[in-house]
Amino acid sequence: MKRLAKWRLISLFGILALVLSGCGEPYLSTLKPAGEVAETQYDLMKLSTLIMVGVIVIVAIIFVLILVRFKRKDDRIPKQVEGSHKLEIIWTAVPILLLLILAVPTVAATFKLADVSPMDKKNSKALVINVRSHLYWWDFEYPGQKIVTSQDLVVPTDEKVYFNLKSTDVKHSFWIPAVGGKLDTNTENVNKFWLEFDDKKSNEAGNLFYGKCAELCGPSHALMDFKVKAISRDKFDAWITAMQNVKEPQKAQGAVAAQGQEIFNQSCIGCHAVTPSNKMPETARLAPNLSNFGERSRVAGVLDHNKKELKNWIRNPETYKPGNMMTGKYPEMSEEQLDALAEYLMGLKAQE
Amino acid sequence: MHADEKFTYETWPAAPEKSTLESKNKFLGFWFFLGGETVLFASLFATYLALKDKVPSTTHHLAKDLFELPLTFVATMLLLTSSLTSVYAMYHMKNFAFKKMMVWLGLTALLGAGFLGLEVYEFTLYVHEGHTFTSSAFGSAFYTLVGFHGGHVAFGLLWCLTLMIRNSKRGLDLYNAPKFYVFSLYWHFIDVVWVFIFTVVYLMGMVG
Amino acid sequence: MSTYAQKKGFGATLWDFLTTVDHKKIAILYLIAGGFFFLVGGLEAVFIRIQLAVPNNDFVSAGLFNEIITMHGTTMIFLAAMPLVFAFMNAVMPLQIGARDVAFPFVNALGFWLFFFGGIFLNLSWFLGGAPDAGWTSYASLALHSKGHGVDFYILGLQISGIGTLIGGINFLVTIINMRAPGMTYMRMPLFTWTTFVTSALILFAFPPLTVGLVLMMFDRLFGANFFDPTLGGNTVIWEHLFWIFGHPEVYILILPAFGIFSEIFPIFSRKRLFGYSSMVFATVLIGFLGFMVWAHHMFTTGLGPVANAIFAVATMAIGVPTGIKIFNWLLTMWGGSVKFTTPMHWAMAFIPSFLAGGVTGVMLASAAADYQYHDTYFVVAHFHYVIVGGVVFAVFAGTHLYWPKMFGTMLNEVLGKITFWLFFIGFHLTFFIQHFLGLWGMPRRVFTYLPGQGFDAANMVSSIGAAFMGLGVIVMLYNIIITSVKNVKVGNDPWGDGRTLEWAIPSPPPFYNFKQLPLVRGLDAYWLEKMDGKKGMTPAEPLGDIHMPNSSFLPFMMAMGLFIAAFGAMYHVNDKAWALPVMIIGLLVTFGSMFLRSVKDDHGFHIHKEDLMDEEDKGVKA
Repeated sequence: MKRLAKWRLISLFGILALVLSGCGEPYLSTLKPAGEVAETQYDLMKLSTLIMVGVIVIVAIIFVLILVRFKRKDDRIPKQVEGSHKLEIIWTAVPILLLLILAVPTVAATFKLADVSPMDKKNSKALVINVRSHLYWWDFEYPGQKIVTSQDLVVPTDEKVYFNLKSTDVKHSFWIPAVGGKLDTNTENVNKFWLEFDDKKSNEAGNLFYGKCAELCGPSHALMDFKVKAISRDKFDAWITAMQNVKEPQKAQGAVAAQGQEIFNQSCIGCHAVTPSNKMPETARLAPNLSNFGERSRVAGVLDHNKKELKNWIRNPETYKPGNMMTGKYPEMSEEQLDALAEYLMGLKAQE
Repeated sequence: MHADEKFTYETWPAAPEKSTLESKNKFLGFWFFLGGETVLFASLFATYLALKDKVPSTTHHLAKDLFELPLTFVATMLLLTSSLTSVYAMYHMKNFAFKKMMVWLGLTALLGAGFLGLEVYEFTLYVHEGHTFTSSAFGSAFYTLVGFHGGHVAFGLLWCLTLMIRNSKRGLDLYNAPKFYVFSLYWHFIDVVWVFIFTVVYLMGMVG
Repeated sequence: MSTYAQKKGFGATLWDFLTTVDHKKIAILYLIAGGFFFLVGGLEAVFIRIQLAVPNNDFVSAGLFNEIITMHGTTMIFLAAMPLVFAFMNAVMPLQIGARDVAFPFVNALGFWLFFFGGIFLNLSWFLGGAPDAGWTSYASLALHSKGHGVDFYILGLQISGIGTLIGGINFLVTIINMRAPGMTYMRMPLFTWTTFVTSALILFAFPPLTVGLVLMMFDRLFGANFFDPTLGGNTVIWEHLFWIFGHPEVYILILPAFGIFSEIFPIFSRKRLFGYSSMVFATVLIGFLGFMVWAHHMFTTGLGPVANAIFAVATMAIGVPTGIKIFNWLLTMWGGSVKFTTPMHWAMAFIPSFLAGGVTGVMLASAAADYQYHDTYFVVAHFHYVIVGGVVFAVFAGTHLYWPKMFGTMLNEVLGKITFWLFFIGFHLTFFIQHFLGLWGMPRRVFTYLPGQGFDAANMVSSIGAAFMGLGVIVMLYNIIITSVKNVKVGNDPWGDGRTLEWAIPSPPPFYNFKQLPLVRGLDAYWLEKMDGKKGMTPAEPLGDIHMPNSSFLPFMMAMGLFIAAFGAMYHVNDKAWALPVMIIGLLVTFGSMFLRSVKDDHGFHIHKEDLMDEEDKGVKA
């Protein structure tokens, strides 16, 4: 009785764990597809799982029958069977058929997901985004709109968005699990693919998808997250216009922020740009562009977006992202200076 | 037949390189080793082909600006001839003509040394022109592929000389006959590799 | 012979093992060294699971975590799984074909010592400034970016042990082709011998690309070359290709011998010959062949383009067919049999569903477009642990229990063996099943931590608890080995009672010359055939005569040690250390000097005389 209770507890715990997490979080899980690419991939997952479950069931039946029927009971020597051509042909032919059923949609989907021809057409209206991966942050350039932003990717929903991917240091991999994935950012060539963000699903996910680096790239590989704001085309256009309007570094509001801006201009501006206009070559963009930092969702991609965490980050980035390129590039800051910097940075907004 | 048995021309077997179990094993094992070596060189060739015109700037030397075909042609002839002389050496080995075999082996080594000398000279020429191991991906791939081959030739040369000196006094028996034979297999192999290097690196390099 | 060995002192025994060229002793060396590295890799796995048990954990730092995962992967693949598989190949294959030793006993010893010194070199990195931290795949851009000497330890250590593996492969190939007993045709060879054969062929063709890759990386890191530096024209994708042209066949190098071990276990404990023997052989060869055609499925997200991805996707799916054939043949071997559930049989039975799970996720991964979602996530981690642990490690456990009496002359405790099995089996599924879902929920692999609030917490905790069970299972196994060795109850030729192949026809452990007279093989399952005819042993194929045996030698140890020394010189030469270059030269001199010695010093071996063999027989009767 006691033993039974223990087993019940364990199985209960297991089921609970599964049910609680279910299909994962809508902003992160590949099992909650939020766009055409992820949808295609999810369909392939379901098809392959279905076929494979069929195979598993057949094997399981034979397996259980063996366990039940052929346990050694006496010392007899069973009949030595060489094989059976009929059976062997069956279990060669049937898997081939099953694999064909999977292979055809696989090949079709592989070509579909690689179709980036609208990118190269002249006068194409397709939205193209250049993604540049750095040790441990992401740079997003909108070449057609001539703006640059970092860490928070902003995209319109319900249309195909095309990506040029490349890395500036070591290999990373660009992945937005809920929307589709993934493609590596190589060091020597540009990789291209497209994604589509479903408007309804985006709303369900709070219009903020989680993005990840999927290729081991050093100590803070685990923390190389980014976020994707998927908004309607109208809102997106408004955002673009607002970003384009920031021609010069914004004037700080208030005395504290003004002091922060002064510190920023002394210690930070060498690496961090605060204008979204795309004038610097990509190799000179050494650190995330902070033009609209006040509107971002995380500090450094992983910390909550508030002044306290921002100060923590500037005080000692190494604690939060080991091996990052920011540590030691600027003088140590007093509490007062940190307050001022945080005040200034949080005020950097393109849209009111 | 035992490995340390003494032989005369009459009792010498027709295939002395594989008349004991040990030598049969050695013979087969060496063929497999050459199979592995083939994959090794194939990988180096693939790397070279991928990087052969990858240089950091437009001013950097490429294959067609560098290579001295007459020089490499002479080197090729030396190595091809050395393959032929090693065939003669094996012919005499099978006929139990130890002295003649040694003469032909000596010639093989000499030709191999000549090839190696030319290769070193060729490399120094290129280095003086600024095409070095570290100057570009092309340079790294070139010196690695050709140098690997050169290293094989050098090893073969030492091997050949060791065999000749070690056995100079005692003549042929079933213990050392397979050793000579396996060496000649190796020598043919590096010759064949060179034919590919000459074609892929030098001739194709000159064409474009 | 064995009683004589026991009387020797520790020093003499040590010297015996340092100089041995006997395949059975080399097997024991592989088993001990591989077992040791398995424990090291296992400990690293435990650290990984402790760190990941809860979000934002700081049990180990980010940098150290990357060193641990790199060493866990590298150790388990190169220093644990391969040598353990090699241990059984060495211990059993020559016996199965009725040979007195392998074709090149000296090379066999050299292969072991190269592997051993390579492994030691790699693990010394922990004490000399940090282990490699670029993953076991050591992708070039990250490897070149990695500071310190960690990655150098990886390059040089794997290079040394890789050469050892390569010559081991050649040795087995020649052994199987040239040294089979009279009547042992190819289609009468036991399946473990067949898988050893195909595996060796894979080693021969798969290791040279790795050698080249490692050489290129070494040149880049230590000698200023630019193979992988894009600013000077280099291309890191070359490394990916070379690594996976090696890396994928490597998976089959590991799994095929595992298939071989299970193909021995099912017939033995079902008392029934292997169902569809010829199709099993065919499937083995086909898997080996296809293994070379699919490497780019590890690179679906590298950006090779849809044509390459589609071709490699379909080729990969094709491997599912021969693997499926094998699964059904094993099932049908048991069908109608008389199945005894010994410890090896427990592992073999558990292997079928576990490996099947790994196989079907493999087919899922083969679907290129869907793989864009799985790639580099915990789904992949779950998949290859199902294949490698559920296949290879289960086979190593099964093989250890099955062949322990043949290697050491005494049986491991069956009760403890089954306890080990259940702990490990439950722990294994608890650890890895849930990881499929972690991957699908969006958790990338090789992360040193994860933030809370992403739905990963509970599943990771479950996974870590499972790892503890696996650890317990291994501890019970170690205890089993110790008490078994202390008790040392001797067993006869065929301790399981149902042995079918030649190794069960001779004493456990076999005399150092294996077969006094080479056996005559009359068909598949040679020993079983004789038993069914009411005979006690094999019919000899030759009259009793002198046996030619090879001499022991210390040179293999010296050759391997020379490279070990030279590697330190090569590595520290970049730091402008004055001693580095001389050390490298001394090391190479030791190696090439030993090769020179080997070449000029005649070694004809020795003969065991007919009379001595008769004496042995008399002694045997008395005992």
